[in-house]
Amino acid sequence: MAGKTLYDKLWEAHLVKEREDGTALIYIDRQLLHEVTSPQAFEGLRLANRQPWRLDANIATPDHNVPTTDRSGVIEDEVSRIQVQTLDDNCDDFGIVEFKMDDIRQGIVHVVGPEQGATLPGMTIVCGDSHTATHGAFGALAHGIGTSEVEHVLATQCLIQKKMKNMLIRVNGQVGPGVTAKDIVLAIIAKIGTAGGTGFAIEFAGEAIEALSMEGRMTVCNMAIEGGARAGMVAVDEKTIEYFKGRPYAPTGDAWDLAIAEWSQLKSDADAEFDEVVELDGKDIQPQVSWGTSPEMVVGIDEQLPDPEQESDSVKAEGMRRAYEYMDLKPGMRMSDVVPDRVFIGSCTNSRIEDLRAAAEVAKGRKVSDKVKQALVVPGSGLVKQQAEQEGLDKVFEEAGFEWREPGCSMCLAMNADKLGDGEHCASTSNRNFEGRQGYGGRTHLVSPAMAAAAAVSGHFVDVRELS
Amino acid sequence: MEKFETFEGIVAPLDRANVDTDLIIPKQFLKSIKRTGFGPNLFDELRYLDEGQPGQDCSNRPINPDFVLNQPRYQGASVLLARVNFGCGSSREHAPWALTDFGFRTVIAPSFADIFFNNSFKNGLLPIVLEEEIVDKLFKEVAGNEGYQLKVDLAAQEITTPSGDTIAFDVDPFRKHCLLEGLDDIGLTLQDADAIRAYEAKRRASAPWLFDAIK
Repeated sequence: MAGKTLYDKLWEAHLVKEREDGTALIYIDRQLLHEVTSPQAFEGLRLANRQPWRLDANIATPDHNVPTTDRSGVIEDEVSRIQVQTLDDNCDDFGIVEFKMDDIRQGIVHVVGPEQGATLPGMTIVCGDSHTATHGAFGALAHGIGTSEVEHVLATQCLIQKKMKNMLIRVNGQVGPGVTAKDIVLAIIAKIGTAGGTGFAIEFAGEAIEALSMEGRMTVCNMAIEGGARAGMVAVDEKTIEYFKGRPYAPTGDAWDLAIAEWSQLKSDADAEFDEVVELDGKDIQPQVSWGTSPEMVVGIDEQLPDPEQESDSVKAEGMRRAYEYMDLKPGMRMSDVVPDRVFIGSCTNSRIEDLRAAAEVAKGRKVSDKVKQALVVPGSGLVKQQAEQEGLDKVFEEAGFEWREPGCSMCLAMNADKLGDGEHCASTSNRNFEGRQGYGGRTHLVSPAMAAAAAVSGHFVDVRELS
Repeated sequence: MEKFETFEGIVAPLDRANVDTDLIIPKQFLKSIKRTGFGPNLFDELRYLDEGQPGQDCSNRPINPDFVLNQPRYQGASVLLARVNFGCGSSREHAPWALTDFGFRTVIAPSFADIFFNNSFKNGLLPIVLEEEIVDKLFKEVAGNEGYQLKVDLAAQEITTPSGDTIAFDVDPFRKHCLLEGLDDIGLTLQDADAIRAYEAKRRASAPWLFDAIK
């Protein structure tokens, strides 16, 4: 019999019951809550007169709507304020731990969870947010759910699931200097397409993935959903275990020893069989930039934009034509021809300390171009912000002309005041370049933090390797 | 949830691939703390020529006459015909809430994104996967016949065209059961409360740190 994949092992360890109709009841170890997808779930509990099954398995923080400017006053936008207030009220009423807006531990849920050790290897982790796959970087089974399922987990600590298929994405060899986790995952999505991972749990492996820091692995897993897969994961190694030492909610003493013994098993067996295997060569991956309105519409910085006439799939070609029109670009152009009106460094994909360091390294001693209206740096959490300030990164950014902000989701989806104007191009370290995502009529180009900083100081997209 | 009954309804074609949840319901409308009222903002950026704001009266907004749902022949549509990877992107359940609030009861496409597909069933919206060639054929038939309707029979797992042709579709037996009976699956899961407690006791013995309280 073939060995087991990491996903198989995580699934089996959380199987409460297999049901006759082919579904299974899967136990959920941790739920993360934020203000956008939880109010209707709490309301559902109240209407049905149900209590949470395990209150202390949940942790909450507001992130999508919070202002990234001064927070001493109230949130100006009334609907945003009500939504954040509703989360505060629900957590207070039910007794769920929440890092409120004035707490230094507040931030983007997917940055806060690991930072606090609230999400750990071997756990099942859910959140009403599709970027929950981020936590798979630690050898956990983590995925986004809808609000009905948020309510289901609150009420039962379980989900009704069907097992997904197994996909292995192996990135062989090493990537070159200046090529980051973001470039790796964009190259993967360009290869498999935005629906390539639908129905699969993806395990990312290979030398290039192993060489990444935990922050880098989070960036890769974060965007599994952009490849269609709800869950992405990476096997546990020494780096994973090291990451959790001393985190506030990580186990200590005997429990720590017990935990690391179990965590060390969280890898696919050598003879495990995958339903699909995709391989990439690290050395072929260049710094990536998205040109279109889907995360699969990506080119290497030195490549020409593709021609829809050369695309044999007519539905795909039509999508490309629509994207060119929306983005106001033409086939054959190069991304170095494009001026970003705004630059956004942040989001659950790229707002951790390592991301800020990479961007600061490029910004240091340079100035944001006059062509760029605004360059924002939004740390992923209050603690990331504090760490960056201790390292003096805030000063580096401010001296270069970047704005240094308070933590939150910010311009990734523009639910707060940070947004693109109609027709503006943005060099963004976020995860989605859909129409209108960063603001009505806004045009997003997904890049790594170093590439975003390079575009900011150059006044156009540029290969960051040419700057150093 | 209401029971999913057999119905016959006008089909509206949305001829583009990878329709994402930001397109189905843009983020500014996600600030609502309710489950209802999203219908007027379904496909907001495609339907109107201006930028929509939450809580706004949409009846006076400039309409995009080219958008399919604004065309007179598709008024009252309850079946949405779509292309591959429908519902990709975020996990917002506001997407199926907006579709059902507008009046859609079924979306037919060659493929759906996983989270959207799952969310639809929780809200009485039936996503039907058909082969690309069949979907292509339906697009042609809808374009050529004003008032084109499909009958959707979930119990029989069958769609009937105006000419009387039937098209079979697959559906997960558990989800079918829940839709037909209008069941609340939290109630069903709680019937297994003993199994959940037994799992917890066993797991706690071998991995106690997983039960440390967040406090």
